[in-house]
Formats: sequence, structure tokens, C-alpha cells
Amino acid sequence: MEKSSSAKQSKQLMSTLPGDDVRQIMWRFSDRYDLQMVVQSTREVARGVVANLVANGARNTHDWTPEKATILTAFDEAGLTQVFMDPEDGGFIEGPKNLALGLVAFELSWVDGGAATSSLASNLGLSPIHEKGTPEQRSKYMKMAVPPQPGEDRQIKRGAFALTEPLPFVGVDTGVVSGKLRIDSWEEGQEPLLQVEKRGRFITNMGFADFVTVAVDSDDERIKGSCMVILEEGDPGLYDRGTPTQKMVHQLSSTRDPAFNLKISADRIIGGYTVKDGVIIPKYSHAEIIDSVFRRTRVPVGIMSSAKLLSAPEPIIRYHRQRFRGGATTSPGSPRFDLGLQQKDDCLQRLVDVWAAGEAGAALGFYSARMFDDFDAIEKEKDQIFAEQGIKGRAQLKVFRKVQQGALEYLTMKTRPAEEQDTARLQELENDTLTQFLIMDSLANVFCPAGKLWNTGHGATILREAVSLMGGYGITEDCPGFLGQKWMDAQLEATYEGPEAVQRRQLSITMTNELFLFQFRQWIGDLRRIASTHPDSGACTLASAMNLWLWTLEYLQKTDDANGKPLFHSSRHGVVFPFADALCWLLASRCQILDMLELEAKGPENPVVAEGLEGYVNFFSDLCHVQAARAAGEVGRICAELAYGYHGHPHWDDEDRENCFEAESLDALDSIMPGIGSYGRGLGDTIEADGSHNEKAGPCAKSCRSGFVKLRARLDVCMTGSRLSKDRAAEALTQVMIPEALDYPR
Amino acid sequence: MSGGFHIVVCGSLVPDPLQTLEPMEGPTGPALKNEMMLPAVLDPWAGHALFEAAQLAKNVPDSKVWLVSLGPKAKLQQLMMSIAQKVSFELVAIDGSAGGFTDPFDVAATLADTIDKIEGLDRTRLLLFGGCASASRDSGVTMQMVAERLDIVDQFLAVDKLTVSSDGALEVLERIEAGQYQVSSCAGAPAMLGWATGSLPEPPNNPQVGMMNMRTVMPALQKAQAAEVGIGGLKYAAVELPKQRRETRVVKDTPAEEIAQEIVDWLKA
Ligand SMILES: Cc1cc2nc3c(=O)[nH]c(=O)nc-3n(C[C@H](O)[C@H](O)[C@H](O)COP(=O)(O)OP(=O)(O)OC[C@H]3O[C@@H](n4cnc5c(N)ncnc54)[C@H](O)[C@@H]3O)c2cc1C
Repeated sequence: MEKSSSAKQSKQLMSTLPGDDVRQIMWRFSDRYDLQMVVQSTREVARGVVANLVANGARNTHDWTPEKATILTAFDEAGLTQVFMDPEDGGFIEGPKNLALGLVAFELSWVDGGAATSSLASNLGLSPIHEKGTPEQRSKYMKMAVPPQPGEDRQIKRGAFALTEPLPFVGVDTGVVSGKLRIDSWEEGQEPLLQVEKRGRFITNMGFADFVTVAVDSDDERIKGSCMVILEEGDPGLYDRGTPTQKMVHQLSSTRDPAFNLKISADRIIGGYTVKDGVIIPKYSHAEIIDSVFRRTRVPVGIMSSAKLLSAPEPIIRYHRQRFRGGATTSPGSPRFDLGLQQKDDCLQRLVDVWAAGEAGAALGFYSARMFDDFDAIEKEKDQIFAEQGIKGRAQLKVFRKVQQGALEYLTMKTRPAEEQDTARLQELENDTLTQFLIMDSLANVFCPAGKLWNTGHGATILREAVSLMGGYGITEDCPGFLGQKWMDAQLEATYEGPEAVQRRQLSITMTNELFLFQFRQWIGDLRRIASTHPDSGACTLASAMNLWLWTLEYLQKTDDANGKPLFHSSRHGVVFPFADALCWLLASRCQILDMLELEAKGPENPVVAEGLEGYVNFFSDLCHVQAARAAGEVGRICAELAYGYHGHPHWDDEDRENCFEAESLDALDSIMPGIGSYGRGLGDTIEADGSHNEKAGPCAKSCRSGFVKLRARLDVCMTGSRLSKDRAAEALTQVMIPEALDYPR
Repeated sequence: MSGGFHIVVCGSLVPDPLQTLEPMEGPTGPALKNEMMLPAVLDPWAGHALFEAAQLAKNVPDSKVWLVSLGPKAKLQQLMMSIAQKVSFELVAIDGSAGGFTDPFDVAATLADTIDKIEGLDRTRLLLFGGCASASRDSGVTMQMVAERLDIVDQFLAVDKLTVSSDGALEVLERIEAGQYQVSSCAGAPAMLGWATGSLPEPPNNPQVGMMNMRTVMPALQKAQAAEVGIGGLKYAAVELPKQRRETRVVKDTPAEEIAQEIVDWLKA
């Protein structure tokens, strides 16, 4: 039997489930008390009001009921409604809010995705105004949406966002909007009056929204292009909330198909407008607004699905441990009593997979949220520069083409040793807003769709595994941790705010950006360095997988298929979509490793974490390794399919025969080289004298893509140790202390 | 009464009661397994005291609330992320053990000493609040010892209600046997009240209140003095969890009379 090289065993195991202190370090908010408080207050709402509603069957209706509405009041009272607002508008968090909103989504979704959606959708309704509204619009609607303060006599107003339209209009493709905007009347020197006609489909919050931001297109030659407008209940005309959507998921959010036919004044055009030659020119098209809205709001959606995965281990461990207690044959103190189903390897191994996927998704989601927090400021600076210089639309792209070179120069220079750097130039580029914007933009354009796509899509698949681990209980309404509901809900998270196809489409373009790829190459080197000090983290496995992905990208970009058609083309979804999926696995795994390293580095500063740090780091490192190996497997599979799959298989009867041995020649050689006849037949495809050959599809394809073969073989070998990590993580699950009972509903 | 009350609430953290609490032998005596790493909550009775204090301060103008907490600094900080959002107070933190086996004598001495040094505290207006007991640490003796050290002789335990008349006189309802209350009158501050549950619900979190409190909470944590409290000279012969018997049945829509009857039958059996 082959003996494997020895593995160092007996590492310190994780003793308790990771608490707030651990997460604050991993997700980088241990110095943000405002965020820590938001987490606590959200948790109380989620595990209190929300969990009780779920437990009491509130999800069993499509209607928006008074009980469900208590969620909104709970949000208001706990300060969650204001998390989105800036202090001048009644909020309490200074600066960017992406991480804050990600944490809120995480906590709510830990219990119920629909409640999280209700919270996000209110922000989504406001987002077009927040991102692109005029100062007056911003001030008016943000203040309206803040809960009344003591002494104020007003009702809070809630928003919705309506882009999607009834079939056959807006869905995945948002380009052609059927909602219409016409000029109703326009008196000299007055604000024009507009007529808006819009029908929406699947619009969240529509059961109660007081105002709606809707996408419409011009149906009047005196209005140019598309835009978004704000509609309020009470505007003259039809504000019909429509029928509730008969959805099977996210029942703690309200979804309806509304119809609007309203008169509004032109100052409701989001971002304002100018008038040129008697034509109203909205400042922003609906696509421009939606682009800047979705690139932020999609991040928390990804985090939602990962929160559910991370919420699963505790109830599953408890179920497994207690599975046989109470039976006459299971006496206290026996392994069957103490460990229950945890005696079975498979239960542990699969739970490790669930946990690892949750960690990777959360890592990717929060990485993106933090990135957008940094990005917000620089994006504003960029907008200001362009506004000052009056550069718009395509002209901006032209500027960026020039800046791109500087950005590449900057990135290249940063990789050089200090003595070889041109410090003055480096400084210049570092201080150049457009350069820095472009570099960050290249990342944001990849990370946002990646998180939305992978966390929700793969998350839904893995949530099914979590449900399975609870047996029949898993698909009952009273499954502890509501795992069945969470699984179903994840499918919606993969669908709304841009389904998977939309994310893949975006990635297929943004992932080939030279600036992104440059940074991606740097990460490979970084990961190898990490691996040299953390061999069990999977960093090396991941680096090898990234190498293979890069090689395959270059190969696909320069190769045609068997029919002479280019392989890498944005509309060739069969190639670019799975390839985008492969990238997501890599990004998630890398973020996970970075979180583990952060915990290891900063953990000692916190005495609470320090005490159990070694166990946590070992466990998280093992999860990283498990996930990196899984990612490597996926990347290997996808890349192999794409690298080989588009080439026709060789046939026995065409020129591919030339690659085969002729049996006659082999047999002739046998007299001078005894044995070559049979050896040769074993070595390659052989055509016998009578033309016969082994029964199979044809001669094997040549390994002409030898670069690929080398990298793929190396990648497979790089899985070494990953299953040992999995075994260790599994063992930790048998030892870790969990609370006596789940803390929700409370 | 001139000016409002100066209410000092003594309260710290205990492990979240949902956690598995497993006594074990530590290097200095008995301890709970993984206690440092277990999530903590505000000691429940001290919590009631704090909420009652905040309510009282709201109703009596010119009053102020301090929360004096002795516990591991890092854990106190974590606890503050939820407690500081509930009511307004000024934190006075002492860095030391909040373990279940500390000697209440040392704890009381530390608390009294700290309270004595609170700047601007008017001892004639002092209402010393705390829990009638701690969920993990004492058997209802700490608050009396703190009061004694601060020369507060009017002491009330297991308080559920405090009514303050316009002249500052106090009427206090203390729990006694068989669900009855003892009603006492007291001329006014200073007094010590060890609270039972009181009558107020836990206030919801409000991050805006939290942000206000944080201005004093973080500096208080930073300058928290270390205190040597521990098992001291105590000797524990044995430690074990109280035997619990939980037989929960969830039967929806059972009439109250039926439930009551079942309890009576069980008691009689
Ligand atoms: C509960 C719920 C709440 C929602 N809330 C809102 C809301 O508040 N506001 C709002 O505006 N919308 C909302 N939506 C709508 C949601 O965003 C859309 O359902 C989603 O964008 C998909 O559109 P569709 O259903 O028309 O799918 P379709 O456009 O019909 O797409 C179906 C599938 O076809 C494929 N496909 C379609 N087009 C392409 C393409 N170009 N390339 C590749 N593949 C493609 C994909 O697999 C896609 O998933 C909500 C939906 C639901 C179910």
C-alpha cells in the first residue's frame, strides 16, 4: 500500500462557536462601534419579532398583513431604517454605508431573507434618489423616509423601486422599457407637467410603499430618452398597488404587480433635466441610474445567502448530537448519546462543506462591501472632476483610455523593489484621482457581480445540503433555524436585482479588463507567499487554480472552435458564462483566506479572542483549505471542458489516423526490439492490418495543449493535504461547544 | 428635594444563559469551561435595576445614571454594544474577573471604592441600585456590603417597585414569601435598592442612544483600572450545576384554566 507522507496531527481544536469578537476582526469592523451596535440592534429585531413571525406561520400568506407590518415598525424603532441615511438627513452613521447595510442584511437574513428584503427594498426605493437625485430630491425623500423623532408629528414614508415590467417587457434585459413618459402640459416659465404610465411586475414593498421610483422611456418627442421618476401616492391619477404576487419565498416581504397612470411635475425626474430647443433632456438615463444603484445594492443580497449558510451549523450540530437521546438503548455518557449522528463521518464532512461555503461567501461579500465603502469617496471625486471639466458620456471613456495606461504603469511600478521605483511618478499616479478610480473600478466591476452570482447561486445549492443534514425535519416549517425556508428563499436572492445571467454577462466583460487581470496576477504571487508560511491554508492550491484559469483565458481568447468561430466572445455564453463562474470560486476562496489571516494577525489584540485564537485559526484555516480544493476542482473541470470541449473528437477514418500506430510497423519492429509490438499497442491507438482498432469514439485527441496539461496536473497534485484539513475540521465539529438551545425565536 | 437623584447602578455581565455552562477546575480554582469565549449578557437583575434607574432619571429632573461594571474589559466593551443602546448612562468600568466564583467581599470592596471616587457624585442624593442577586456570582450579598461600605443604611432587597413622592420620599415594594410584598417608606436618598424584576420591559435597542453613550463609554473602558478580584481566600468543596428538569410541552390554544389545573395537580402530586 502506498504510504502518504506524514501529517502533523493534534492541532488545537476550536472550542466554541465564533462570536462577535471574532467576526468583527474577520470582517474588519472591530473599531467601528456604530456598526457593532447596528449588528446588535438588528439581531434583536431578527431573532425577536421576525423569528416569532416565522415560527407562528406568518409566511403562509401572500398578503401583506398587519402582523408582517410590525417588522417595519421594529426596524424603525431599532434604528435600522436610518442606517441608510446620512446624519444630515436623520441617520447616525457617518460616511459610506455599504458595510453597514451588508451587516444588517446578514443579521436579518440569519433568520429570514424576506425580512432582509423588506429592509433592503426600502433602501432600493431611495437609492436612485440617493445616488443621482438633485439635492432637493435627496433632502426631501431621505427626510420623509426617516422615522419621526420625538415631538415630530408626521408619518414615515416608505419607498419601492419599479424597473421590472409585465411580460413581454423589462426582465433580465432592462434596455427596452415600456413605461411611458409624456408631456401633459407645459406653460411658459412653469415646470412642465408630465403624464407617467408604468406597469410593474414583482415590485417589492408595493403593499405599503408611499412613493415609487420608476424607470420610464420617452413617448414624446419633447422628452429625450429614458429616465427615472418619482411617483407618490396622492399624485393625481391611478396609483394601483395591484395584486400580491403568489410567490413561494420571502413571504415576509410584500411583492405586487402595480399599475400607475399619474400626473407629476417634471421636478420628479431623478437628477433633474435641462431644456434644449424645447426638448426636456433628463440628466440621467434610467440605465445610468440603475447601474450606479445596483452595483451597490447587489452586494448585500450576496451576503444574505451566505448568512443563511453560516446560520446552519449550530442547529445542525445540535440536531446531530441529540438525535438518539431519550431512547431506551442510548444511555448518557455513551458516544451514541453524546455525539449522536456526529459519529457518522458523512454528517461531519458535509457540514464542513456547508460551513466552508458560508465562510467564503461572507468573506467575498464583506470584502466587496468594504471595497465599495472606499470606492464611494473616490467615485464622487471622479464625478466632480468630470462635472467641473464638463466631460460627459463617451468623452469620459476617451479620457479613461488614456488614464488606463497610467494605471497599468502605476500597478507595474508598485511591484518593483523600492530602489527601482520612480518615486515622484509613483506619487503622482497615487494622487491622481482618475488613475486610482480606474483601478478600483476594475475590481468593483468584478467583485459586485461575483458576490451576487456565486453567493446566491452556489449558496442555494449548498443550502440544500444543509437541509438534507436535518433529514425530514429539514423540510418542515418548524425545522430549527428555518433551514427549509432559507433554502427556498435563496432562489429568489439569485433572481432579483439581476438574475445569474445578468451577473455572468457583466463578468464576461469586466473579468478581461487588463487592470483587473494585472491585480489578479499579483494575487497569485501573494498567495504563494502566504502558502509558504501557511501551508495548510489552501493558498497554494488556490494559486495553482488561478494560474490555470489565466492560462485558459489566454488560450480561449486566441482560439477558434472546430467550426472556426472564436471561442471567447461576450455573446458566446457557453464559454464566457462558465468561465465567469470559475472566477467567482477563486475570488471567494481568496477572500476567505485573507479573513483567516486577519484573524490570526489581529486576534491577539483582543483578550477574549486571544484565549481561543489558535483553535479558531486552525479551524478557519482548515475550512479555507477545504474550500480552496473545492474551488480548484471546479476551476479544473470548467477549464478542461472549455479548453477541450470545442474541438472535434478525432475520427478513425480521417487524417487523425496519422496519429495512430500502424500495427504492421510495430510487428515488424518486434523482430529487432522484442516486445515493442505489445508495448506500442498499450502506449497509443493502433490500427491493425485489417483496419480494425479498439472500440471507442476515435483515436485520443492529442495533448497539444501541453501547457494546460502541465498546469492541470499540477493543480490536481496541489490538492494534497486538503482532505486532511477536512478531517480536522470535521473533528472540530464534534468537540465544539454549542449553546443549549437556539437563540431564536426569542 | 433639591436636585434629582444620582443613581449608581452596579451591574456586570454573566454568560448567556443559553450557553452550556460546565464547571471545571481552573488554575486558581473553579471556573466555567471556555467562560471567556462564551457570549455574555447583562446580569438580568442588574439589567432590571438599570432600566428602572433610567426610567426614574427620566421622570425626576436633574437626575443622572452611572453604571458601575466590574468585568473583563474586552467583554464589557462587547456588552456595551447592546446595553448602551437601550438607556442613557455614564459607564464606570473596572477591569477584572466577572467569573461566577469570585469572592463577593472583594467585589463589594472594589465597587464601593470605585463609587466613592466617582467625580461629581453627590452622596446625599445617591440611590445605589443593583440586582438582588447575580445570575452567576453571588447569593444576594454584594449590594448590602457595598451599601454598608458607603454608609447607606436604608437597604431594600428584591425590589419590584419604587415610587418617589414629590418631596423625594421613597415607597418601596420588596418581595417576600408567597407572592406578597412588603411596603416600606423611606425619607429619601441615600438608599440602596437591590432589584428583582421591577416592572419595565427591556427597552429596544436604539443606535442613536448608543452613539450618544459611546462618547463616554469608550473613554471609560480605556481608563478602566485593573482590580484584583478573584476567588480570594474562599475554598470550594465542590461545584456543580444545579440539576435542571425541563419538561416542556407546546400545546397550542390550551385554555388558561386547564393549564392552571395541570400545575395544581402537579404540585399536589
Ligand atoms: C419576489 C420578487 C421581488 C422582486 N422585486 C423587484 C423590485 O422591487 N423591483 C423590480 O424592478 N423588480 C423586482 N423583481 C423582478 C426581478 O428583478 C426579475 O424577476 C428579474 O430581473 C428577472 O426578470 P424576469 O423574471 O423577467 O426573467 P426573464 O427576463 O424572463 O429571464 C428568465 C431567465 O432567462 C435567461 N435570460 C433572460 N435574458 C437573458 C439574457 N439576456 N442573457 C442570458 N440569459 C437570459 C436567464 O436564465 C433568466 O434567469 C422581483 C422579483 C421577484 C420574484
